[in-house]
Amino acid sequence: MCIKRVPAVAGRITLTDGDRAIDARYLGFTIGPHEECGVEEAVRLIEAHSGESVVLTLGPAEATEQLRDAMALGITRAIHLVTDGEEWDGQSAAAAIVDAVRADEATQGPFDLILLGNEAADSGGYQVGVRIGRALGRPAVAGIKGLAVAEGKVRCEQEAAGGRDVYEVPLPAVVSVLEGINLPRYPSVPGRIRAKSKPIAPSSPERPEQRLAMIRLVVPQVAATEAVILGHGPDAAPAVVDMLASLGVL
Amino acid sequence: MASFPSSAKVVIIGAGIVGNSIAYHLANLGWKDIVQIDKGPLPNPGGSTGHASNFLYLADHNKEMAELTLESARQYQDWDVYTMCGGLEVARSQERLNELRRKVDSSKNWGINSRMVTPAEIKALVPFINEEILVGGFYSPEVGVCDSLQFGTLCREKAEAMGALQSFAMTEVTAMGVEDGRIKTVTTNRGVIEAEYVIIACGVWAPLLAEMAGAYIPLTPVVHQMADYGPVPLFEKSSKAIGYPIVRDMDVLMYERQDGIGFEVGSYAHRSILHDPETIPSNEAAALSPTEFPFTQDDFDPQLEDALELFPEILGDEKVGQKYAINGLIALTPDGMPVLGETPEVKGLWAAAAVWVKEGPAVGKAVAEWMVHGEPSIDLNQSDISRFHAHQKTRKHTKARAFEAFPKTYGIVHPAEQYLSDRPLRKTPMYDWQKAHDAEFFEVAGWERAQWYKCNAPLVKKYGVQTRPNEWDARWWSPIINAEHLAMREAAGIFDLSAFAIFDILGVGALASVQGVAMRQMDVAVGKVVYTPVLSETGGFKSDLTIMRLAKNHFRVVTGGAHGMADLKWFKDNLAPMASIVDLTTAYTTIGVWGPRARDIVQSLTRADMSHKAFPFGTCRDVEMGSQIVLASRISYVGDLGWELYVPMEQGQRLWDELWAAGEQYGLTACGMGVYGTTGRLEKGYRAYGAELDNDYTTAEAGMLPPKIKDADFIGRDAVVRQLEQPLSATCCILTVDDHDSASGEKRYMLGRQPITMPDGTPIEDSKGRRSYANSAGASPSTGKHVLMAYLPPALAVVGTKLAVEYFQEHYPVTVAVAGAGALFDPENLRIRG
Repeated sequence: MCIKRVPAVAGRITLTDGDRAIDARYLGFTIGPHEECGVEEAVRLIEAHSGESVVLTLGPAEATEQLRDAMALGITRAIHLVTDGEEWDGQSAAAAIVDAVRADEATQGPFDLILLGNEAADSGGYQVGVRIGRALGRPAVAGIKGLAVAEGKVRCEQEAAGGRDVYEVPLPAVVSVLEGINLPRYPSVPGRIRAKSKPIAPSSPERPEQRLAMIRLVVPQVAATEAVILGHGPDAAPAVVDMLASLGVL
Repeated sequence: MASFPSSAKVVIIGAGIVGNSIAYHLANLGWKDIVQIDKGPLPNPGGSTGHASNFLYLADHNKEMAELTLESARQYQDWDVYTMCGGLEVARSQERLNELRRKVDSSKNWGINSRMVTPAEIKALVPFINEEILVGGFYSPEVGVCDSLQFGTLCREKAEAMGALQSFAMTEVTAMGVEDGRIKTVTTNRGVIEAEYVIIACGVWAPLLAEMAGAYIPLTPVVHQMADYGPVPLFEKSSKAIGYPIVRDMDVLMYERQDGIGFEVGSYAHRSILHDPETIPSNEAAALSPTEFPFTQDDFDPQLEDALELFPEILGDEKVGQKYAINGLIALTPDGMPVLGETPEVKGLWAAAAVWVKEGPAVGKAVAEWMVHGEPSIDLNQSDISRFHAHQKTRKHTKARAFEAFPKTYGIVHPAEQYLSDRPLRKTPMYDWQKAHDAEFFEVAGWERAQWYKCNAPLVKKYGVQTRPNEWDARWWSPIINAEHLAMREAAGIFDLSAFAIFDILGVGALASVQGVAMRQMDVAVGKVVYTPVLSETGGFKSDLTIMRLAKNHFRVVTGGAHGMADLKWFKDNLAPMASIVDLTTAYTTIGVWGPRARDIVQSLTRADMSHKAFPFGTCRDVEMGSQIVLASRISYVGDLGWELYVPMEQGQRLWDELWAAGEQYGLTACGMGVYGTTGRLEKGYRAYGAELDNDYTTAEAGMLPPKIKDADFIGRDAVVRQLEQPLSATCCILTVDDHDSASGEKRYMLGRQPITMPDGTPIEDSKGRRSYANSAGASPSTGKHVLMAYLPPALAVVGTKLAVEYFQEHYPVTVAVAGAGALFDPENLRIRG
């Protein structure tokens, strides 16, 4: 399961000087909601099928916090691709993950399933999953809200207008999941304590030249909304009509 | 919402437990035109009240804190927002068990119901606890949980219903206007408001608001971690918000309690995490609330293992998860006490900060009384903002002390325990000399003071001083103190008293100024020294100090360093017209020389006649000593012949050296504050402010009534006259300990603040409901006794009465040796008047 450390934003977002990053002075860090569900899904799969689950992140040294959080929920071990905190574009992030997967598989055996959140909570590039699948020559599906593994296959469900699209792909496969696929658990105290002694394998991949560069961040302006009382009871009717006319719906 | 007013009698900044309580109590005492503002939304504007765990443990070693908490619990109960669930403090170690025994001792002093419990009794109270790791505990059945937000809402509603209060949320202060040293305006994002009084009651933000007006509220935001776990199957079956006692797991500095279907775990065991008030985010930028910082799990993880060990049934359940966790901000001050009262810098600007939910309503009441009547009904001298010396107002010092104190929140703190951080701050002229003589330094008011001198260790053998076998009794103590004492009584002792606060009152209004504050007659001849109580309006003690009349229009006030700044404000506030006051604390050093040979020593340095006839007790004057003019004052707080010698600070070491050289042939010994503050005064029956003397006792009860109440008016005079018509409810007595043997056969020596009981252990209470306790305790080396001072009801205040002192839950027999004014040693005062 691949995760990314991101600022836990709530309330008003402020940017650092130069608009290069979110000002995280007052913020904690977390992983995106899709990834939270991905971790939960990984834990459930292992609870149901046995085996081991691995959490992987490409991120700064502090991202061990998110790795431990995931292991507290039941993930077996962690791989940490340590960065200096700079953002990696989707192509280089996927390449680094692919290298790490190959290296791990060389000694630990193949992964049946590589899980990701559908998109990162901050950069939202939607690319890493499909690039990993392509590089490893494994089927990749995205936008998944239902998942079941049986007899060497994974059945993936996607919400579609009026129903669900179902894909059945052979393992090993790469699946990007969406928030809502499950309701993630809270970490238990024994889980937290176990997580402290679970292994994290660190490595420091070289950051290649980026083909996608971030110029600056912009916080979208949310128009201030204000309720205007047009009147009370039947007396309000003319004003309502005028308003509807001004909106062009009459 | 009403339009924002342009003026008000009082503006309260903050709508947490403190601001709300003050608003109600001011209204209740009849004030109108109160405006309350907060930059956050109501009812939870985002301060520390909003994330408080809301429980009230009533027991406290500190009297002021215990009284504030008891009164707060009463108010919460009166308004039906208090759930009494009981509280346990559990011990995993013998050391902690002893501390809990001491806590039961303290509880009895203040009339708080509590008792020791066995592990089996703990299990019966909290069935899901792992009692096997416990050695015992302390149980206080009246401990409870309040709803501080609801209480605050009721406060505002009631004050609004009285037509006294308007509250404005989302209103942020941007500036404060001060004119001629008095608060004038508060500028907010809604407009400017003129006010007669402004109260800063906004917790962790308070320092910033004070700064806007040029005042100081020294506190620092500190993280307290708490987390909520659930759902707990056991609690899901019950409908109660809290159906089991709260548990404080004292050895690991944590607490746990039921919170509905959840289980709350709080910790003071993590590293000290300090913040600066200006780095607290706004309500909009904060992820949760401004004072709920992101949880730092790494800091909490080690504590979780301790919590799991005590509550395996709940926290070991894999289905019970960590649902909510925060680094909650609370406020800590340089000395751990709240910051209350009018700021010394700005008239009309009041502080009410560093107050916890468990003290909030009582603080609200007391501060309101203070503003309306000039005096609170609970003595707040330890919380009084005017107590701070300059260095204590700084950010650096505040943070250093808070950093050091945070881990002691649930710690076992010895009553004499010293802070170690940010020292030395203030060095007396004799500091280096004392260091070279192996002084053990204690700190008061930032001053380094020799408590005893290790170079005097040989005197211990010479005088055969007994040591104290119990480590607690001997901690922050040395038998050298008693030896120095005996050396002083045999020959002479020299004391560094540089920490005295000294201020001169000058001008044609000087006499009126001191006369109006001092209880004793101040219209005395030039050259007289008067030791006098300083009283509150209700006739309790504000201070005790000495005043010298140096000239017709010139008085010098000398008072203890610890309380000096509060005394300074009191004199300033009550200055008569045509008088001015100047703080000379750091202009003069004071050296004390006392003992039967003191006159020989001092006389050998001066041409002046130092004989009793020429220089009687209670007088002062300039004398030449070598190349210096010294103000010599013949008084004594150790009950022996001698003088306080005042010289400019820069000449202190020179005078000390000359006295030291002159004293050699007479057996002069350097004595520490252990003698000055404890042994010397106790066997003489001298009362100390903060121990025997506080606002709860009268001069008559303290045995300090002058022969005649002076005709001139002074603060508290009416009350004293009224008190004289009443029969005495209590009398200050000296008791001696008859037998020191504990049940285990170890000799124990009480350190003070233990219950005085009937021989069978029954508490003693006077007609005003005050319990008897040892206000002070210490050795009387001259008589070989261990002595206690305590107030006893008249029937027991009789020499020879057999009573007991309760110490770590054992009872030791004591006898009343002196009832009322009088001394155990040299009762005729032959020495001092020799």
